[in-house]
Amino acid sequence: MCKICSERPVYVGLDGKNYCKNCFMEYVEDKIFKTISKYKLIERGDKVAVGLSGGKDSMTCLYILDKLSSKYKFDIFAILINEGIENYREITAKDAKKFCKKNKIKLIEFSFDKNFHLTLDKIKDKGISPCTNCGILRRYALNKAARENKATKLATGHNLDDEAQSLLMNEFKGNVSFSAKLGPRTGVLMHSKFIPRIKPLYFLTEKEILVYSKLRDLPITYIECPNSHDSFRNEIGKVLNELEVKYPGTKHSIISSFLNILPDLQNKYQHTKIGTCSICGEPAAKDICRACEILELNT
Amino acid sequence: MKIKVFIERENIKKDIEIKPDARIIDLLKLLKINPVTVIVSKNKKIVVEETPINSKDRIEIYSVVSGG
Ligand code: SF4
Ligand SMILES: [Zn+2]
Ligand SMILES: [Zn+2]
Repeated sequence: MCKICSERPVYVGLDGKNYCKNCFMEYVEDKIFKTISKYKLIERGDKVAVGLSGGKDSMTCLYILDKLSSKYKFDIFAILINEGIENYREITAKDAKKFCKKNKIKLIEFSFDKNFHLTLDKIKDKGISPCTNCGILRRYALNKAARENKATKLATGHNLDDEAQSLLMNEFKGNVSFSAKLGPRTGVLMHSKFIPRIKPLYFLTEKEILVYSKLRDLPITYIECPNSHDSFRNEIGKVLNELEVKYPGTKHSIISSFLNILPDLQNKYQHTKIGTCSICGEPAAKDICRACEILELNT
Repeated sequence: MKIKVFIERENIKKDIEIKPDARIIDLLKLLKINPVTVIVSKNKKIVVEETPINSKDRIEIYSVVSGG
């Protein structure tokens, strides 16, 4: 039975304690609130753009930030990115739009088709996985749309699983400097055109978010992107889940070890120079930003 | 005894043979599903893995899909 109120349990925490529906929802909301306060993700007066896909993570993030916004005096709006992935995004985008309309949340739409004159499905395979292209273009789109709409923070639905996967991917690929950019809020890259990025769901697992979104009855179509199967991330995710079931708490341990060394990583890599893209004027590590690189390859 | 199970990820219904004192966790083991990757509902209510099941129950298994 629930450890708090002895109702029927819906979830067992890492400590082996049971939570009922109401206590579990409270636990999730409390965890997000604590993450926001501890890492100062949001301050009074902030204008927070929430990257929205219509999936469980971003919808949960938006739902909870909307709940908190009036009490803690900050503004929110949503940015819906449509990458142009057939049989997938149009379905989740519909959920997202409905949800925003119903909850009176301002919604900005950014479609790859309209803004880049290219959809993800049409990107020619140049040996780069769709998810890599997708990630680069989406980050670019979110940052630009957030800034153009005067956001002071950009929130995404990244969860503990995503973060642990990213860390291991960087390790395995020898890209440890990339990990300096991880963490609950933006790491080292400074540029006047960068909107600080925050991850309120940082300490929640994918499973916790799924349970929450189902219990809250958020209007979500639970489908998977057709590209997600062949990604390296997917493989890492599987391995992590196998470890997690054998050694419960593995993912949390990976994250807390990482957070311990994050300040050192940031120190070491903070001098990475960020310039300006000679084509589009957005932040770029090289002469041309990675988004323009992809777009150039596909014209 | 047999129990009806719906697996959402594959969009299939299966009849699975279980022991009389079986729990959700036993069912997941039979199906070779890692409990970290799914949530399970019994008669439309989300339940924990220790929950007992019997042939009259309707079980649905939802996968923790990524991408959000
Ligand atoms: S799975 Fe890959 S292609 Fe699909 S939305 Fe996610 S990053 Fe983009
Ligand atoms: Zn309770
Ligand atoms: Zn550019």
